[in-house]
Amino acid sequence: MTREETLDKLKEIVKPFIGDGVKFESLTEASDLINDLKINSAHVVDIVLDIETEFDIVIDDDSINDMNTIGSSVDVIIKMMP
Amino acid sequence: MVVNTSLDMDIKKLVRDNLPYRRPFLFVDSFDELSEDLAIGRYRYKEDEFFYTGHFPGNPITPGVILTETAAQIGLVGLGIYYLIKEEKVGQVVPLFSSAQVDFLLPVYPGEEVRVHSQKEYFRFNKLKCKVKMTNERGEKVCEGYLSGFMIEKS
Repeated sequence: MTREETLDKLKEIVKPFIGDGVKFESLTEASDLINDLKINSAHVVDIVLDIETEFDIVIDDDSINDMNTIGSSVDVIIKMMP
Repeated sequence: MVVNTSLDMDIKKLVRDNLPYRRPFLFVDSFDELSEDLAIGRYRYKEDEFFYTGHFPGNPITPGVILTETAAQIGLVGLGIYYLIKEEKVGQVVPLFSSAQVDFLLPVYPGEEVRVHSQKEYFRFNKLKCKVKMTNERGEKVCEGYLSGFMIEKS
């Protein structure tokens, strides 16, 4: 899976959790999940669980702390994938 | 804290006694079952609960928000405290209710006892999500839905 494909899949996972008034089109690798995309911090756990299911990986407590932006989340996913 | 987890009856009482709520906002009488994936408990609404005077005057009905709170105290916080007791962490962590999606099916009147059945969906990254179902004494479903919350370390 290329980085582009991983990014596209991640965007689809994140889409339903984006806050009111934030445009999906504005989402970039630099977007911060909580500060830019206005995602409820309680929903970050649900996003991570969806990521685990979609990519068939297990994300540990240390890795979730690195998933602040879309780009850093892609990095974690790529690192975890076999 | 010294905990003897081999005595099943004691842990149910211990969880009940370690819930952070007190009257008039404690809605747990006892737990019938507590395990890694399941919490079952009950509460009987007293005739003189504080909310009946206003909800509604002359026509007391248990508010949906109180049914939700009851389901959360038994199903979510009860299970969370059970985990904490197993890890000997009680007292250092505060439960935080983060989301509820609940359907209300039947009214609950003063004096009625309800039973909450809560099945763990997941407990990851300190977030506990449960599928809960509440029934009345006739075994009829009163409400059901999903509740989630966090266990936050006391600073």
